[in-house]
Amino acid sequence: MIKNINFVSKFKKANIFSIIIFILSLFFIAFKGLNYGIDFKGGTLIELRTDKTIKASSIRESLASMNLGDVNVKRFGKDGDYLIKVEQKETNNNNLIPKIKDRLKENLNAEIDFRRVENVGPKVSAELLESSIIAISLALTAMLFYIWVRFEWQFSVGSIIALLHDVVITLGIFSVLSLEINLSIIAAVLTIVGYSMNDTVVIYDRIRENLFKYTKISISDIANLSINETLARTIITSVTTLLALSSIYILGGEILRGFSFAMILGVIIGTYSSIFVASPILKFFKVSYKTLEKEEEKIVP
Amino acid sequence: MLNFSKINVFFIYIIVLLISFFSSLNLQNNDNLIIDKKVNLGLDLQGGSYLLLEINSDSLVQEKIQSKVIPIKKLLKDNGLDYSEFKINDKVLIFKILDIDKFDLLFYSKKDNQVNPYIDKYRAFELDHKKKDNNFVEISFSKFGLLTINNAALKQSIEIVRRRIDDVGTKEPTILQRGEKRILVELPGLKDPERIKNLLGKTAQLNFRLVSDNTEFGVDELTSENGETLKISKRIVMSGENLIDAQPSIQNQQNEPTVSFKLDRLGAQKFGRATTDNVGKRLAIVLDGKIISAPNINEPITSGNGMISGNFTFQEATDLALLLRSGALPTPLDVVEERTVGPDLGEDSIKSGITSLVVGFILVILFMFYKYKIFGLVANVALISNLLMLIGILTILEATLTLPGIAGIILTVGMAVDANVLIFERIKEELKTEKSVIHAFDTGYTKAKITVLDANITTLIAAIILFAFGSGPVKGFAITLGIGILTTLFTAYFLARHLTSVIVLKNDKKEIKI
Repeated sequence: MIKNINFVSKFKKANIFSIIIFILSLFFIAFKGLNYGIDFKGGTLIELRTDKTIKASSIRESLASMNLGDVNVKRFGKDGDYLIKVEQKETNNNNLIPKIKDRLKENLNAEIDFRRVENVGPKVSAELLESSIIAISLALTAMLFYIWVRFEWQFSVGSIIALLHDVVITLGIFSVLSLEINLSIIAAVLTIVGYSMNDTVVIYDRIRENLFKYTKISISDIANLSINETLARTIITSVTTLLALSSIYILGGEILRGFSFAMILGVIIGTYSSIFVASPILKFFKVSYKTLEKEEEKIVP
Repeated sequence: MLNFSKINVFFIYIIVLLISFFSSLNLQNNDNLIIDKKVNLGLDLQGGSYLLLEINSDSLVQEKIQSKVIPIKKLLKDNGLDYSEFKINDKVLIFKILDIDKFDLLFYSKKDNQVNPYIDKYRAFELDHKKKDNNFVEISFSKFGLLTINNAALKQSIEIVRRRIDDVGTKEPTILQRGEKRILVELPGLKDPERIKNLLGKTAQLNFRLVSDNTEFGVDELTSENGETLKISKRIVMSGENLIDAQPSIQNQQNEPTVSFKLDRLGAQKFGRATTDNVGKRLAIVLDGKIISAPNINEPITSGNGMISGNFTFQEATDLALLLRSGALPTPLDVVEERTVGPDLGEDSIKSGITSLVVGFILVILFMFYKYKIFGLVANVALISNLLMLIGILTILEATLTLPGIAGIILTVGMAVDANVLIFERIKEELKTEKSVIHAFDTGYTKAKITVLDANITTLIAAIILFAFGSGPVKGFAITLGIGILTTLFTAYFLARHLTSVIVLKNDKKEIKI
């Protein structure tokens, strides 16, 4: 399985590609923004099922006169399943849900079943957003620290840049496609952080080992050798993980679709970044076996 | 790495079998549990409601600061302090005082301070004051004073919420305190969350007040349910605190649903006296600032039994009786977060979750077998044990399985093979340079060990952070992901390694390929 692919020669092109996509992603996140779901924006979400097919627009129309603010209706999975999202109004209206139900029953003349109702107040949504940002920052810091303890600082910087790359680009794609960011997407992002780190660590481990083994060879060649040696594993693990994720994406139902899509993106980007982002950074820092020895001297005087 | 003592092997298989056994407990029939352990299904899978309630203590704080007016004025008078322009402004008291220093001394006295008690627990006073320009002082509750008020209100609210929910009779509700101002309520398998929300949304402060123009105590103009506006004395004849029971009943003559109540001794006395003195007048029954009804007092009621009528439906009478039985909430409760899943959506989620788990599992197994043949089989045995052990541990912990939790299991299946892949690929490399097969396998395991650990610890860190910060369903994901990593490490380094050693040692002389 071990082939000898010259990855290092492609570092430059890949890096330019990565930087462009990264900046584009930041640009989209900053200007187009992220499509926050009610978890982070507040509001009401209703998943409903009717006994006959109706147009999404007629649901929208029948709710228009209720003065609910921004109302978003779309089909959700099967025929007759719809998702309604209502913007949060300041007033705390405890009877909103039954009122909406009565209105729809009356206007559409159909049996209506509310399968799922979620209602998040403005205070709670602000807190959820804050704790999600803290969680992601904390995860990145923890990874940084772990790699710093296990390796040297150059590796730490490399892995954290790779992680930022993965997180920002995943969110950038969500921004471009206007996909909803909710709590499960945050869970996906954190898992991506774990997975991408896992991938990077495997290559870094091998680079460190090879640096000691072949002290005369340049870091470029060491990186190339290490990536090639671990390539089979990188591919096989990505394949099995993607197999499992595709199964969730296709068969796991509407609720898990966003989550599994984010994970699929993350696994692909994460695998790419361990090879084409994390490794070039070691080259950039001119890491050699001497760097490792110095560190070791510091620890064991 | 390939040598196992008999005792080691024994323990490995005992652990695998024992923990896996627990996963089978989930197949038990619910009505006939042999061992009472099962994975709990989250609200998103079994259907139900999650409510986060927040106490709204504004009115309570206003009330409490008002109750400080008389003691403070008394303190000032008793000590000969001149004050003027005394005002109540929302949650603060403002007045002008000349001798501020003397007031300070009295206000912050730790001994027998009736006005501003010292709270030992927090080492702080209940009230605080700020000096303003022109000798004005502003008195308000201190941070810890507010905390004490909120705490007491929250504790009491939780008790009343519990009583109301128990009275409705839902199965296994969870009612917990969350932070300083919130109550978390989980109601599995609930059909009609709106009714519970309605019941919890009412403070249910009941009082009986005379309809009167007499302004001695001040009057409120309140509107009754049928639109009539009445002047009601501010003096409370009797309040809901004196109720010991309330039941819905049907009044025979008109066949009208009513609520009959029973008073405690003190309440009966108060009620008896008020009805004796005011025969012929109207008595308004006020609930949360609205008049339910205002019947005439035809004769003194001294028995301590009474009845409330007010054009109720039977359901309304039942709910009102329930509210009165359970007592009034000290403050209104706001629903700040609600998540409700209907039972049929929950069932659909279980179905699609299990389907994707089975399909994902089969795909991974086929791929591993295709890739590694006999050793793929080893990895697959490890993977199956991994899955059974993961479910077994969830069962032992009686953890809550959510839809994202199922996704976590599937993801574990996909990522778990990584440990074995790392090892097998390493062995492949070793086989190229190493003549002795046994030796190659041995070094492969040893050298891959650090990498496998490093790689899994990173995912474990992510899972732990997710567990700490995530809520509800997402926490379920963190749990399965985290436990999955532990079972993965165990199965790869003990079970799969032993199986590999059996194969390798048996085929000692032959060439082995991975």
